[in-house]
Amino acid sequence: MRSIISILLLAFIAWGIVTVIGEIPFGTEKSRVGGHYVDQGREETGASNIVTSVVLNYRGFDTLGEVTVLFVAAIGLGAALATRRKKEKREIEPASLVLYTGCRFLFPLILLFGGYIFIHGHLTPGGGFQGGAIVASAFILVYLGCRGRRISETVSKTIESLGGLVFVVVGLVGLAVGGHYFLLNFLPKGELNTLFSAGIIPILYIAIGFKVGSELAGVIDHLMEESE
Amino acid sequence: MVFSQVIHFLQNHIYYIGAFGLIFIGLLIILVKHNLIKVIIGLSILETGVNLFLIAVGYISNGTAPIFSNPSVETQRMVDPVPQALVLTAIVIGVAVLALALSLAIRLYQHYGILDLRQIREQKW
Amino acid sequence: MILVVSLLVLVMLLAAIAAFFFKDLMSAVIAACMVSLIASILFYFLQAPDVAMAEASIGAALVTAVFIVAIRRTERYEK
Repeated sequence: MRSIISILLLAFIAWGIVTVIGEIPFGTEKSRVGGHYVDQGREETGASNIVTSVVLNYRGFDTLGEVTVLFVAAIGLGAALATRRKKEKREIEPASLVLYTGCRFLFPLILLFGGYIFIHGHLTPGGGFQGGAIVASAFILVYLGCRGRRISETVSKTIESLGGLVFVVVGLVGLAVGGHYFLLNFLPKGELNTLFSAGIIPILYIAIGFKVGSELAGVIDHLMEESE
Repeated sequence: MVFSQVIHFLQNHIYYIGAFGLIFIGLLIILVKHNLIKVIIGLSILETGVNLFLIAVGYISNGTAPIFSNPSVETQRMVDPVPQALVLTAIVIGVAVLALALSLAIRLYQHYGILDLRQIREQKW
Repeated sequence: MILVVSLLVLVMLLAAIAAFFFKDLMSAVIAACMVSLIASILFYFLQAPDVAMAEASIGAALVTAVFIVAIRRTERYEK
């Protein structure tokens, strides 16, 4: 009975999606707001990467909300997995020498790459979200390769809170200086295509990079906690 | 003749076919499977399909990425940056929501000792 | 070009179907990882390098790691 209902529902949904998708032309004009961002984005924000200027400047408030969703999800995960009994220290079988040395060799390089990605977010493809994910994958490598090592929860929580705080404070300073709207780009725009350009965008992306990196590493930490 | 028609059809529809296929398979897994982890895998596939669809809507034929890597890039041929910005944040939120769902599944397993939705009384439908 | 894209879409859909049929959840997760990886290549072809990077680092690496940890804490085979 359940599967018949499922198949009927699926057929209905598939019919609806095909009807809608068939009407949408592929590869034609972009929306008017997208055209405005592409045409005026360089003058208005100073960032070479238009996606970055949309994420952090035109729609910075949305990004703040989305960072908050990420934060709430990480908190909820911690609350769902919290156990009352004490964690007993157990003997963990150490990884082999090759694995251990390889992980220790690769860890700083991956961190450097993640940092490069989120510092250059306004010039090249990439940014805080991608760089943060790469930083978190460096921590996964440590968890898998150098077993028994963990990041301190206090440090990761502090970095995460500081990242969020920098975002909100920069936005409030923009509000105070300009007086028009939250997250006003109040710093000088600088010269296009240089590292110190685009006003507040690099600062915000570095804050997001640290926040996302520590948050995702914390998620992995919570999930790994009892699996050994 | 038929071949060129097929090529023309593919050029206009191949990304939509891929996105629709992923959405359909994701929904199928969610509705038909009983294992909770499998349902969450279906959710992840469904999400990838929706993201692919949004990016495909913003594409322009023979367009370039919306990045001024050198001064000679024409603004007319750039693809729409708005869907890209939306999908970028959606992906990051997707992993957090998936991790939350998996933590709830782990809690359920610790409580009932089973992941089958048919045998968990409160989860039955 | 269009043939390469068609082949990639075909492999992606086959991987998704494989994720439907595998009884071993670990294999299903790897198939879902493959779907994400090919989707990231398609994002690159659609001129969205930012999204391609996010999908490759998050969808293919982090999501798979989270799933594998969760499977280790529960059970591996779907009955």
